[in-house]
Amino acid sequence: MCLAAPYTIKEIFPDGSARAVSGGVETDIRLDLVESPASGDTVLVHAGFAIQKLDRGESEELIALWNEVSRAAAAAFRA
Amino acid sequence: MSGRFTSGGAEAAFEAMRRELEEALRLSGPLTFMEVCGTHTVSIFRSGLRSLLPRGLSLLSGPGCPVCVTDRSEIDRAIELAEKGCLVLTYGDMMRVPGTSGSLLEARGRGADVEVATSAIQALPAARENPDRDVVFLAVGFETTAPATAAMLRQVRSGGIRNLSVLCLHKTVPPVMRVLCSVPGLKVDGFLLPGNVTVVAGEGGYAFLAEAGKAAAVAGFEPEEIMAALVDLVRQAAAGSYRIRAYRTRDVPREGNTTALRLMAEVFEPCDALWRGLGLIPGSGLRLGKDYARFDALGKFGLKSGAGPAEARDDGCQCGKILSGLLTPPECGLYGRACTPLNPAGPCMVSSEGTCGAWYRFNRQEAERWQ
Repeated sequence: MCLAAPYTIKEIFPDGSARAVSGGVETDIRLDLVESPASGDTVLVHAGFAIQKLDRGESEELIALWNEVSRAAAAAFRA
Repeated sequence: MSGRFTSGGAEAAFEAMRRELEEALRLSGPLTFMEVCGTHTVSIFRSGLRSLLPRGLSLLSGPGCPVCVTDRSEIDRAIELAEKGCLVLTYGDMMRVPGTSGSLLEARGRGADVEVATSAIQALPAARENPDRDVVFLAVGFETTAPATAAMLRQVRSGGIRNLSVLCLHKTVPPVMRVLCSVPGLKVDGFLLPGNVTVVAGEGGYAFLAEAGKAAAVAGFEPEEIMAALVDLVRQAAAGSYRIRAYRTRDVPREGNTTALRLMAEVFEPCDALWRGLGLIPGSGLRLGKDYARFDALGKFGLKSGAGPAEARDDGCQCGKILSGLLTPPECGLYGRACTPLNPAGPCMVSSEGTCGAWYRFNRQEAERWQ
């Protein structure tokens, strides 16, 4: 019951539910827990509810760590 | 997902991060980290990440599965409600969790009305379609499912629905992590913070970890996100300097989901809760607040309220010690013999995200080496 998956919102209905798609599979989800959802938004869905909108960008820390690690790897390769 | 991890760079990325881990471990000495999220447990096994970890770095699974930490007495209450004639709706994982005398599935076999739901919202049509029945939703889960229960209850209240109530067993994660920092015999140097819980509840509740000298990091569920977080955890431990950072290929706000948190504050209030294997933890549960108290199934049907005494029953099941990181599944005498996914003796084997269930499905070879 703990597994959450990203879905993309296709169509929003007046009762606060929406049609959403993930990997070609469509399902109905609830939007009560996210602020101003829009068609095309990617949301994390857990137990039938969108629990967060997902940004397309990576977190700053992941970018920084990756850059640092890949520089170190390149230096080790040259040595 | 990030292009640079998938377009041929993944192998190099993991090799570079593994080298970083080795280097930092040379400074820190051997370290043990705990993941407190069932989805992390499964992702770590499924990706084979454990086989990439250098010697000296151990990963333990904590109480990250709400099904697994449900106390026997809580299952007993759900069965009592079903046997009183209520239509009980529950997430599927709860069906086979053993209570003191059997599971909800066995109660259904004896004629009780217990049905599986995949979402709290399904309780609304169940109540509408059965106007002459009392419908009870078995509300379990951490900060991820609690807001869904809250959203459902707000509709029950505004819609004037009278035949639907909730057996509220929700629990929150930060209080149990505080307890894990001081379990006798448990040496954990840092935590992989619970993924989906942090998406909702944010990182604000974990400031006590730095004060307790524990490293902490947030990660998504992709192996490269988890690997990056592990590199950070080892560096924090090596430097003795603690700050929570987030490793996500799809970013979310660090304060969590404020809409969901507001709704939870409207519907619930904190209470003490019983955790299987860990006992009574103050302020770690959620009960219905005063505006919603009339939807509490305990009050409605005159069941004993509040957490009971911790269970004391010795049937060989070691779920309690496994949930606290004191034992790994193969160290339990029942694991793989008297306790399998088809015939589970304890909750950690019932749930697909439970520690024992994950070991059984993904880690047979390592488990066999232990035996």
